[in-house]
Amino acid sequence: MAPAILVRDLTRRFGAFTAVDAISFAVEQGEIFGFLGANGAGKSTAIRMMCGLLKPTSGTAVVDGVDVSRDPEDVKRRIGYMSQKFSLYEALTVEQNIRFFGALYGLDDARIALRMKFVIEMAGLSGREKTRARDLAGGWRQRLALGCAILHEPRIVFLDEPTGGVDPVSRRQFWRLIEEMSRSGVTTLVTTHYLDEAEHCHRIAIINAGKLAAMGTSRQLKEIFARRPILEIHSTRPVDVMRALEQVPDIEKTTVFGTAVHAVLRTPDVDLAGLARDLNARGLDVSGIDRVMPSLEDVFLDVVEHA
Amino acid sequence: MRKMLAVGRKEFRQIARDRRSLMVLLFVPAFFLLLYGYALNFDVQNIQLAVHDSDRSQASRDLVNAFVESGYFRLAADVSSSREYEALIERGEVRAVLVIPSGLQRDLLTGHRVPVQVVINGDNSNTATTVMGYALSVLQTASAQYQAQVSTRSAPLVTVESRVWYNPQLRSALFLIPGLIAYIGMISSVVSTSLSVVREKERGTMEQVRMAPLGTGSYILGKTLPYFVISLATSVFIVLASMALFGLPMNGSWALLILALSLYLAGALGLGLMISTIAESQQVAFQLAVLASFLPTMMLSGFVFPIASMPAPIQAITLVVPARYFIVALRSIVLKGAELSAFWTELAALAVYAALMLTLASRRLARQWA
Repeated sequence: MAPAILVRDLTRRFGAFTAVDAISFAVEQGEIFGFLGANGAGKSTAIRMMCGLLKPTSGTAVVDGVDVSRDPEDVKRRIGYMSQKFSLYEALTVEQNIRFFGALYGLDDARIALRMKFVIEMAGLSGREKTRARDLAGGWRQRLALGCAILHEPRIVFLDEPTGGVDPVSRRQFWRLIEEMSRSGVTTLVTTHYLDEAEHCHRIAIINAGKLAAMGTSRQLKEIFARRPILEIHSTRPVDVMRALEQVPDIEKTTVFGTAVHAVLRTPDVDLAGLARDLNARGLDVSGIDRVMPSLEDVFLDVVEHA
Repeated sequence: MRKMLAVGRKEFRQIARDRRSLMVLLFVPAFFLLLYGYALNFDVQNIQLAVHDSDRSQASRDLVNAFVESGYFRLAADVSSSREYEALIERGEVRAVLVIPSGLQRDLLTGHRVPVQVVINGDNSNTATTVMGYALSVLQTASAQYQAQVSTRSAPLVTVESRVWYNPQLRSALFLIPGLIAYIGMISSVVSTSLSVVREKERGTMEQVRMAPLGTGSYILGKTLPYFVISLATSVFIVLASMALFGLPMNGSWALLILALSLYLAGALGLGLMISTIAESQQVAFQLAVLASFLPTMMLSGFVFPIASMPAPIQAITLVVPARYFIVALRSIVLKGAELSAFWTELAALAVYAALMLTLASRRLARQWA
C-alpha cells in the first residue's frame, strides 16, 4: 500500500529564517501521526505546506498520491483540514455552517442532508441544529469544526492543534472520534503540544527548530532511555535535591517533574538505597526514590536538549 | 455557480446578523442624505438688506421695492448715514446695503447716468458672489425699465433674457443631489465590503474557506452579490427620498438609472473588496476605505467643485474617480431626461472600472491563496 503522505526534504524559509528544515517522513494509510513540538517549532508551517496552503521553498510533499506543489487544488479536494482556531462562522447556525461548507466542497443537497445527519450525531449536536456557532461551548464547536472538515469524506485529515482551549473531557471525546476515523481507514496527521495527546498517536515526530528531531512509536521513542534509567525522587525540598544531585557523577541531568525531581542516570546500575541515604544525610528529607518508566515528556525534553 | 451562491447566502446571513454592517449599509445612507441634503446648499435667501436712501423720491422707493420683491432680499434697516450701516454690517445684522444718492429721480428723468452703490459683506466669498449676482440682476432690470420709460422712441435695442435649462430656478439642490447620491452610494458600498474579506482573515474563517476547492472568482463574486443587492436597493430608496424631500425630478428612464447605478455600485464594491484583500485588520481596512471613498468622491468628482476649473494634473486624476462618470450620467438621466446616446461613454467607463476592480480583487486574493 502506498503511503498516504510522503514528505521528502520539505523546507520553508521566511527570509533568513528557516521555519521548516528538510523534514522527511511517510505516513501509512489509517495511521494517526502526531507532530509534537513547542510553539514556533515549525509544526503549523509544515502542515500548511502539506495542505497546499503554503508553497515549500524546496522539497516535495505527496498527499494521497498527488504532488502538492504540482496540483494543490486536487489535494484540497482529497483532504480535510481543521486549524487551531476552529474557523466556523459564528453568526451562522450549526446547520447553516454545515450547509455552507458542504456547498463549498461541491456536495449536492441530498449528500449534504446525509452528511448533516452524520456530523450532528458524531458531534453530539442533536437538538442544537439551530444554535449559532458563537453560542456553542468549546467542545461542541471543535467537534462541529471537525465535522465540517470531513463533510466530503476525505481519506486524509490534517488537524492543526485541534484541541487548544478545550476542556479535558471534550478532548478525550475528540480523540475517540479520531480513533474511530482511523479504524475506518482515515489517515490523520495532527499537531499538538499536549504530551498526553501524543500518546494517542500511532507514531510521533518530534519537531524542534524546524528539524525532525526524532520519530517513532511512543515505545520506540522511549528507548533512548533504555540504558539511562530515570529516577523519581520525592522530597519536600526539590530544588535543593536537584542541586545536590548535580554533584553526583553518575547522574546526567535533573528536571523538575510536577512536585518530584526526575534524574537521568548515566549507567543502568545504581545503588538507590545508597543515594537515598546520601541525600537524607544532607538533611534533604527524601520520602521516596524509585525507578520510573520514561514518559513522553522525558523523551521530548531529552530530544530537544540533544538536538 | 452553486459555490458562488453558497458564499452569497452565507455573506447575506452574516450581514443580517452584524449590526455594524447594517449601520453602514442602511442607517448611514439615510443619515447622510438628510444631513447633506439640508445643510449643503449654495442658495442664498432672506438676505438682510439695509437701505441708505438720500433721495427719498418715488424712483428711489421703486428701486427699494424692486429689491424686496425679487424675493431674495429682506429690508432690515433704513439708515441715514454710512456710519450707521457700517455698524450694522460689522455686527452681522445686514449682509448688503443699498446706497441711493440724492438726485436719483431727477437724473433719471433727464436721462443721466446714475451711480447706485451696493455694499456687500464679503466675509464669505461664496455668499457675497451670489448676493452680488442677485443685486446686479435687480438693478439691471430696473435700469432697463427706466430706459424704456425715458426713451420716447423705442425700447432698448438689446435686452438679455436668460433661460436656464433643466434647473430653471437655479436651485443648487438639483445640482448637488445627484452628487450626493453618488457620494452616499460610494461610501456605504466601499466601507461595508472593505470589512468583509478582512473580517474573515481576522477570524480565521478565511483559512478554512481557502482549504475548500473554491476559486477566488466565485468567492469574490459571491461576496459581492448580497452587498450589491442591498446597496442597489438603498440607492433606489435614496433617489426616491430625494424626489420626495428635495424635489429632485425624474425626467429620464428608470431602466437607465438602474443600469447606471448597477455599474457604479459594482465598481465601488470591487474597490471595497480590493481594499479588503490588502488590509490586514478591520481598522486598517476601514481607514483605507474612508480615504479611498470620501475624499475623491467629494473633491474630484464634480460633485461640489467643477472639474473643468481644476488644474490639468488634477483633472487627469479625476479620470480614475468613478463618481465623476456616474454623476454626469445621473444628472443626464434625472435632470435632462437624456437618452443613452448622450452618456454611453460614461457608462462604458463605469463598466470598465467595475470589471477592473473585481478582477484585481480576485487576482490579489488568488495570489494570497496560492
